[in-house]
Amino acid sequence: MLTIEEPKPTFTVNPKRFLLWLFIVTIIMMFAALTSAYLVRSSDGDWLKFDLPPMFMASTAIILLSSVTIQFAYWFATNNKMNLLIASMAVTTILGLLFLYLQVKGWGQLVDEKIFLGGRYSNPAGSFVYVISGLHAFHIISGLIYLLIVLYSSIRGRVNSTNLLQIEMCTTYWHFLDLLWIYLFVFLQFNN
Amino acid sequence: MSAVNLSHSGADAHAHDEHDHHDLPWIRKYVFSEDHKYIAKQYLVSGIIWAIIGGLLSVLFRIQLGFPDADLSWLKPLLGEWIQNGKLDPEFYLALVTMHGTIMVFFVLTAGLSGTFSNFLIPLQIGARDMASGFLNMISYWLFFLSSVIMMFSLFIKTGPASGGWVVYPPLSALPQAVNGSGFGMSLWLGAMVLFIASTLLGGLNYVTTIINLRTKGMTFTRLPLTIWAFFITAILGILSFPVLVSAVLLLIFDRAFDTSFFLSEIYIGGEALHHEGGSPVLFQHLFWFLGHPEVYIVILPALGITSEIVSTNSRKPIFGYKAMIFSLIAIAFLSFLVWAHHMFVSGMNPFLGSIFMFLTLIIAIPSSVKAFNYIATLWRGNIIFTPAMLFSIGLVSFFLSGGLTGIILGNSASDIQLHDTYFVVAHFHIVMGSASFFGMLAGVYHWFPKMFGRMMDERLGYIHFWLTFIGVYLIFFPMHYIGIAGFPRRYYSWTGFDAFSTFTDLNQFISIAAIITFVAQFIFIFNFFYSMYKGRVATANPWRSNALEWTTPINPGHGNWPGAIPTVYRWPYDYSKPGSKEDFIPQNVPFSETPESNFPNEVDEI
Repeated sequence: MLTIEEPKPTFTVNPKRFLLWLFIVTIIMMFAALTSAYLVRSSDGDWLKFDLPPMFMASTAIILLSSVTIQFAYWFATNNKMNLLIASMAVTTILGLLFLYLQVKGWGQLVDEKIFLGGRYSNPAGSFVYVISGLHAFHIISGLIYLLIVLYSSIRGRVNSTNLLQIEMCTTYWHFLDLLWIYLFVFLQFNN
Repeated sequence: MSAVNLSHSGADAHAHDEHDHHDLPWIRKYVFSEDHKYIAKQYLVSGIIWAIIGGLLSVLFRIQLGFPDADLSWLKPLLGEWIQNGKLDPEFYLALVTMHGTIMVFFVLTAGLSGTFSNFLIPLQIGARDMASGFLNMISYWLFFLSSVIMMFSLFIKTGPASGGWVVYPPLSALPQAVNGSGFGMSLWLGAMVLFIASTLLGGLNYVTTIINLRTKGMTFTRLPLTIWAFFITAILGILSFPVLVSAVLLLIFDRAFDTSFFLSEIYIGGEALHHEGGSPVLFQHLFWFLGHPEVYIVILPALGITSEIVSTNSRKPIFGYKAMIFSLIAIAFLSFLVWAHHMFVSGMNPFLGSIFMFLTLIIAIPSSVKAFNYIATLWRGNIIFTPAMLFSIGLVSFFLSGGLTGIILGNSASDIQLHDTYFVVAHFHIVMGSASFFGMLAGVYHWFPKMFGRMMDERLGYIHFWLTFIGVYLIFFPMHYIGIAGFPRRYYSWTGFDAFSTFTDLNQFISIAAIITFVAQFIFIFNFFYSMYKGRVATANPWRSNALEWTTPINPGHGNWPGAIPTVYRWPYDYSKPGSKEDFIPQNVPFSETPESNFPNEVDEI
């Protein structure tokens, strides 16, 4: 009998990681739609010019810092430094919460400057800032839930150099949310 | 239905026992099932229920359009308060049109079509145990179910469901005082759509991930059946376009609930000046159609994929131009993102911009004709077996052609300005997208019914169903072109006020009668479907003598699809009537070394 030929190899990556990347694509499309709507609308005239609240500067710095801490958490996980891993995951979560708090503060500063979300004295220019940063904050909440899950896993000792997938995906997602905010911040800063 | 007890061979048990189904409580087997085949059936039955409701709504407004002066009191038991003094409420007429469109486009031809066949066929045809994430898949269905419940509920509220058209253009949809349907009904519509999109996205993420990562050994991209290619491209379209609709819906929700002015400009309503200023309703159209046009292809591409598979199998010939079929799918998908503004030629856009969009729109004719020609070339001199599935596939090709031709007329901005929002447009998209896609879905049901339920559907009823529906569709939509050219606008409750239109009353009556007969004919299918599920002839393992992998499973595949190891793939799925071969089909899991009599020189090298 003839030998059966070897089947051709097929290309694969880890399905879970792949799902996360596709999910990120959907988020990118959503914000791409919002920011291009912003551009289209702002070129129409009757556009209120105002400065972004100073608090957004602080929150940007905080979320940048949180990206650094989660990267440390990942490195600690690869080197099996459990206590440091837990500590940096906790710090990242706290920084994430702080970011949310500062965003809310920022909205407060906007209101103080009479930039409103809706109602008689609102302008789409202001409404866009609220909606875009609000939708981002909503995703930050999802990221925080993810961080808490990984933090819990780390405390239970389920994250280590042989079990990296969970923290790796969490790191990817958190870095993405960070980058997304940087993009939105720079975008809003330059197009206002 | 799929609870066959299987004993797993040791070799693949490890890949399998972590999600073994046999000891699951019934609620996880029959309600919150994570098995792709069961979820597919859930989608299919939901889709059928929605199709009946959507079709019934169209019959209701067709009665109004065909017989505007008739006494409709007899509909009072069904419609209640919506019939006043024997007349259909005009605002409810608008709601009927809106809900017909929403239900058919999203709930039947997106969820019912992609949801059923992507779920059912992807794991079976690529050789996988299940989807990448059965859990997300289950969540996807139940989000759709929740969305369905909300949309269904909106049909029964006092102010009526959304009535601003399925495109929900603001300001009409944004202002509750504009029309009854823009009140609570519109809020429910928006809520249901957000859930629907979440469901579609979860499904799409799963489809793409599964196709890329879970193919069996040897199943390279150029050996995928064209069904899988079509589902793959469809899912990518959904992933890229539905989030944009989320953004549009979100901004609309803010306009309605938080008094923002994204889409609302200076407006007087009922003599009162609203405070809104600076919004742009055209912006909504841009965002909506950036989804809306790819959505058209989300609806039709799976049907085209299903047709490719069925036409090739039942012509007993390889599909003509396999790679051309793939490239045309990709080209259509790519172009679909660049043509959205052809829905907006009359929105006051720059005519130069209009001609760019016109140019890009007309380019779509090229990949579309590649597909049409390839279907015909596959049929050409084939040993055609006219199964009901084959008839519906050929019907699809016919609709795709005749509807596509009017697309060229509408794609020209000069003629579109004349025909915009007339019945010509209605005729065009009902043939090319509605009926074609619907036929693809029916063809798929007839073809894969044996795999789904282990029994055959009745062929004779299938033939009667086909001819009544095929002729019915042309009788409904062909005359509509003339009505459209005569200038009848869409979404008008009645034209009895315009003398110019009274000469077309007969034609409208004719269309309405054809629509009612065609709708009633669908119950032949529904009877056949449910009857055959329990009483149909028991299916054989490979009733259509097809090459694809799903027919290598047991007649009633259990959880995990293959009781033993997953078959390995050695060839493409279209080796029909290969010269030299004894049988006129060679399944994908047969190695070249077993078919020395029929191998081509390049295939001999692969051994």
